[in-house]
Amino acid sequence: MAKYLLLKHYRGAPASVNDVPMDRWTPQEISAHVQYMNDFAARLEGTGEFVDAQALAPEGTFVRYDGEGRPPVTDGPFAETKDLIAGWMVIDVDSYERALELAGELSAAPGAGGKPIHEWLELRPFLAAPPTIAQ
Amino acid sequence: MTSQVDEVLLRSLTPRVLAILVRRGADFAAAEDAVQDALVEAVRVWPADPPRDAKGWLVTVAWRRFLDAARADTARRRREDHLDAEPAPGPAPAVDDTLLLYFLCAHPSLTPSSAVALTLRAVGGLTTRQIARAYLVPEATMAQRISRAKRTVAGVRLDRPGDVATVLRVLYLVFNEGYSGDVDLAAEAIRLTRQLAAVIDHPEVAGLLALMLLHHARRATRTAPDGSLVPLAEQDRGRWDTESITEGVAILQAALARDRLGEFQAQAAIAALHADAPTAEQTDWVQIVEWYDELARLTDSPVVRLNRAVAVGEADGPRAGLAALAALDDSLPRHAAVTAYLHERAGDLATAARLYTEAAHKAPNLAERDHLTRQAARLNTRRRH
Repeated sequence: MAKYLLLKHYRGAPASVNDVPMDRWTPQEISAHVQYMNDFAARLEGTGEFVDAQALAPEGTFVRYDGEGRPPVTDGPFAETKDLIAGWMVIDVDSYERALELAGELSAAPGAGGKPIHEWLELRPFLAAPPTIAQ
Repeated sequence: MTSQVDEVLLRSLTPRVLAILVRRGADFAAAEDAVQDALVEAVRVWPADPPRDAKGWLVTVAWRRFLDAARADTARRRREDHLDAEPAPGPAPAVDDTLLLYFLCAHPSLTPSSAVALTLRAVGGLTTRQIARAYLVPEATMAQRISRAKRTVAGVRLDRPGDVATVLRVLYLVFNEGYSGDVDLAAEAIRLTRQLAAVIDHPEVAGLLALMLLHHARRATRTAPDGSLVPLAEQDRGRWDTESITEGVAILQAALARDRLGEFQAQAAIAALHADAPTAEQTDWVQIVEWYDELARLTDSPVVRLNRAVAVGEADGPRAGLAALAALDDSLPRHAAVTAYLHERAGDLATAARLYTEAAHKAPNLAERDHLTRQAARLNTRRRH
């Protein structure tokens, strides 16, 4: 088994095919989209491949250490040009091919006009613990 | 736990059994662990062999567990000799033991998350795993949080009540926050507040209990089958739990009659006025505004003034609501959502749609974000036609 992160971006990914902001969809289209995402997660729970899914607020701040006795330096909110992560799903699957297949399905979630969004998702393998037998 | 054990009875005995161990001289942290062990043992043994005296059984088993643990701990050998003797009864308590445990677990030296976790375990009798699942953190993390909390209050003497407001804040947090694992935290908060109300006579305890009951009554109607939020005005009032409402209103009326108003009573009064309206249109918004005025006087909270602006918008029209909003900082949580709603009521759909989108951007949780995005989508769809 191998774990993969499916990353969804607010900004920074190539534009999706069906690229319409959500507040320009109809309420029914939004409901259909939410239902698709819920069903997708539920199905992966059923197959034993779901690990976690979280959404992030669009606002954030960069923070760094600024030396002994000084408060941390902050820079933010994020500039408009910055790559911005919207959320993620973690899956635990048997193969890279299976991870690709699932990412493709997630990207097909319906959007404006009830058509698939064709959203670009980022698929990243986890660096796992080393195996017991290394030879 | 299995269905054969009355879990509510078992857990309602938790604080009393714990208090008895502490009175016998056990330190709080070790006594608390021993009581947890006894609860687990009860779940295992009671289905086949139910005790005649449940509390006595738990005390005996917990005390034995405590002694075993003390014995295993060589550093405590000297104390063990003392403890092994027939326990001397502690000083007669002037205040109910259960009540003192509430105060200990909500002690001001604890952070809110620690106080919540400790209350759920030591007073509520929940296991660390159940609490961890309810707050979506690893069990080891929750175990650490609880043991650190126990160390923090280790030096606190369990002999006199503290400020009841600290306990109420903890119970309010249990009711209002958290997810659902196998434990219904809202129902647990109600149980704990009811149990508190039985051992202390205080109008704000009654106020909080009433507030919880009145909100809990609407729970089934607050979300649609697909998980989306249903606003108060659109909820199916026929499905509100009338038994819970009747009880909440009765508790609130008795509390208000004592003429010692506090913020929970005022909040419960607002919830009661909503519960009392057969339809959203029949809501007595004028009285609700008056209660918000009381609340603002009691708490001086900007969130209260924001909610008051909504009520003013309903009582005196959206223009009046927007005027009430004007004095408030627009960085307040939900400020954009409230402003959007009032603009929609005033007929300015373009502004309302823009503000709903902005509010969705700032939403603190997914359900609210989806709801606000739907509001924007609804208005944008209507404007296109």
